[in-house]
Order: sequence, then C-alpha cells, then structure tokens
Amino acid sequence: MIYLRLFLTFLEIGAFTFGGGYAMLPLIQQKLIENEWMSVEEIVNFIAISESTPGVFAVNCATYVGKTVGGVTGFWGGFFGAVCATVGVVLPSFVILLLVSRVYTKFRENFVVRSCMSGLKPAVIGLLAAAVLSIGKTVFFPSGVSLSVLAGLPFWLSLAVCALAFFGAEKKVHPIFLIAGGAAVGLVLGYAGLLPDLT
Amino acid sequence: MSTFRKMLSLFTTFFKIGLFTFGGGYAMIPLIEREAAEKHHWIEEDEILEIVALAESTPGPIAVNAATFIGCRQAGFLGAFAATFGVVLPSFSVLFLVSLVYDAFAEARAVRYAFFGIRACVVALILRSVIRMAKKCKKSLPAYLIAAGAFAVSVFTDLSAVLIVLAAAVTGLVLALAARKEAKS
Repeated sequence: MIYLRLFLTFLEIGAFTFGGGYAMLPLIQQKLIENEWMSVEEIVNFIAISESTPGVFAVNCATYVGKTVGGVTGFWGGFFGAVCATVGVVLPSFVILLLVSRVYTKFRENFVVRSCMSGLKPAVIGLLAAAVLSIGKTVFFPSGVSLSVLAGLPFWLSLAVCALAFFGAEKKVHPIFLIAGGAAVGLVLGYAGLLPDLT
Repeated sequence: MSTFRKMLSLFTTFFKIGLFTFGGGYAMIPLIEREAAEKHHWIEEDEILEIVALAESTPGPIAVNAATFIGCRQAGFLGAFAATFGVVLPSFSVLFLVSLVYDAFAEARAVRYAFFGIRACVVALILRSVIRMAKKCKKSLPAYLIAAGAFAVSVFTDLSAVLIVLAAAVTGLVLALAARKEAKS
C-alpha cells in the first residue's frame, strides 16, 4: 500500500528531524533512496526547485514526492499521495507542539532536554556534511569518481559555478537569483557546445 | 474577538508567511517576527528567540512548529490548526502545480543544460548552510567528536540517520550527567 508507506515514511521524517530546513535533508535523502523514490541527482534537482519556490522545505519535499510516487495511478492518485506525505510530515510537529505549548517554560529549562540537545546539534551538522559530500559526488563526478573526470571541462565548469554561487551566497545574494544565474550559465554553456550530451 | 475571527487572522497571516519565504527554516524567522510580534502582537518581541529555540528542540519543520505554538496560544487547538494549515498550504499548492509541469519539461535539452548550472549552485547553498550552522554550534571537544562521529558513521555505514541522531542525544545526556556528577564531588 503505497499511500500508507508515504504517510509512515514522512511521519518518521517529521518525528526524527530537528532544526528544520536542510537539517532535515540527511534523513529525507536516506529515505527517498531507500524506497527508490528518487535518485541523488533527482534530489539535487528537487532542492533547486524547492529553493526557487516558497514555503517549508520538508513540506515542499513531501508534496513533490507524494505527487510523483502516487501519480503513477493518475492525477487523483498523485493528489492523494501528496496529501498523505504532507500530513505525515506535519503531524508529529503539530501534536508535539500542541502538548509542549502548555508546559513550555518547564520544557526548555529541563536538564534532560537541554543535555540531549547539546549532543543533537553537532550530530546534525556531521550528518549534513555527509549529505553535502554525497551530493557533491554526484554533481561533480556524475559518472563515478575517477581521475579522468579531472581532464574534462564539465568538472571544472561546475566547480567554478559552485565557487561563484558560494561567493554570492556569502554576499547575501538571494538564493533565487543564484539559482537563476546558475540556470543561465548552464544554458549558455550547453548551447555553446561546452557540455557533454546530457542524455 | 471571536474564535472564528482569530482563526481566520491566524490562517491568513501564516499563509502569507508560507507564501513569501523561500528556502524555509531560518529564512522564515524575520517574517514571523514582523507579522506575529510587530503587527499582531501575538507574541512579545523578545519571545521570538525562545520560540526559535523551542522550534529547534522539538522535531519537525521550524515554520510548522512556530505556527502550531503561536496558534495554540492564541486560540487553542483550532488556532493551532488554522495557523499550521495556513503555513503549509502555499508549499503544498505550489509544489503540486510545479510537479505537474516538471515531468513534461525534465526531458527537454534546455532544462538539462539549466540544471547543470543549478546543481552546482545547490551544492554551494547547502555547503554554506552547514558552515553557518557549525559556526553557531557550541565549540567544545565533545561537540567536535560527536559531529565527526556522525559524519563518519553516515559516510561509511548504512546506519539510519534516526539511530545516529538518537545516539547523539544519549551521548549528550551521558556527558552532561557525568559533568554534573563531577561538579558535585
């Protein structure tokens, strides 16, 4: 039952990710690949889509995956899949925050909660760094890591685009402009014949 | 104000917050601050930091956590529902529409070229977000070790991220208990 699996998978993602935004990426990535719902390359494309559209990253992700996975049975299947995944990812937050808002001051001062958080925060950073590594590998070495890639132009081009985007982000350029700029550079390079046939 | 009016106000405000923030997570905080604190006075100005900390120390997306919390304090369960529904609806509608057209365009040559550039930008954006998070995190040897351990386990094993996160929480608790015991003796 694909809808139940969508709901339960995103329920798990909603219940076990702290920090929101990209902090949710490692678990989302793991679950999507485990279920064979998306490849790493598709996930990277999706992050770009999510960055260029408004809203909550995890909800964007849930809606998109739910629609794509459920959509094999037609439009309403896609809609129902999107609803299942989205409700799943939101439900843990909703229930927990309803409970917590009643006892909120006590919860924050609590020794156990504070101590657990002190271990959680650095772990999230480590996990996210690992996600960057695996994403970087598919972006810069699409056909596997080998030295011969270093001789090809596309590797250096994408590295240059990445460095420029990083510099732009440091200068507080809005992510949408960075992504639009990246798209423009890709189009120019592609039609100038500098990219391999991406088929 | 009647509960219904309050719900409507919560819904429209959080709909706006959901619609006008890109990137999610921390990008939403300035907007929540302006709308919920300055405009509607649902929370005090200095409460926003506590809400962020609360949203961070509970699982799930930060925007959903903040919406549920603020909505609940304003109008109980119904308020929480209205605010959460409001913040989620823009994401849901926009992504649903995008996914309808994305499949048709994904095969086009131009789209493939564009995504060559876009993917490189995405790596830069996430890398920067990790660096920013790392800068904000507490600087201590145990924290470095936990981060390095989580990184290594994630890269070299197939262990679930859920288990890694749980193990890190337990480690934090054990370290704090040990520190407290040492401080007492």
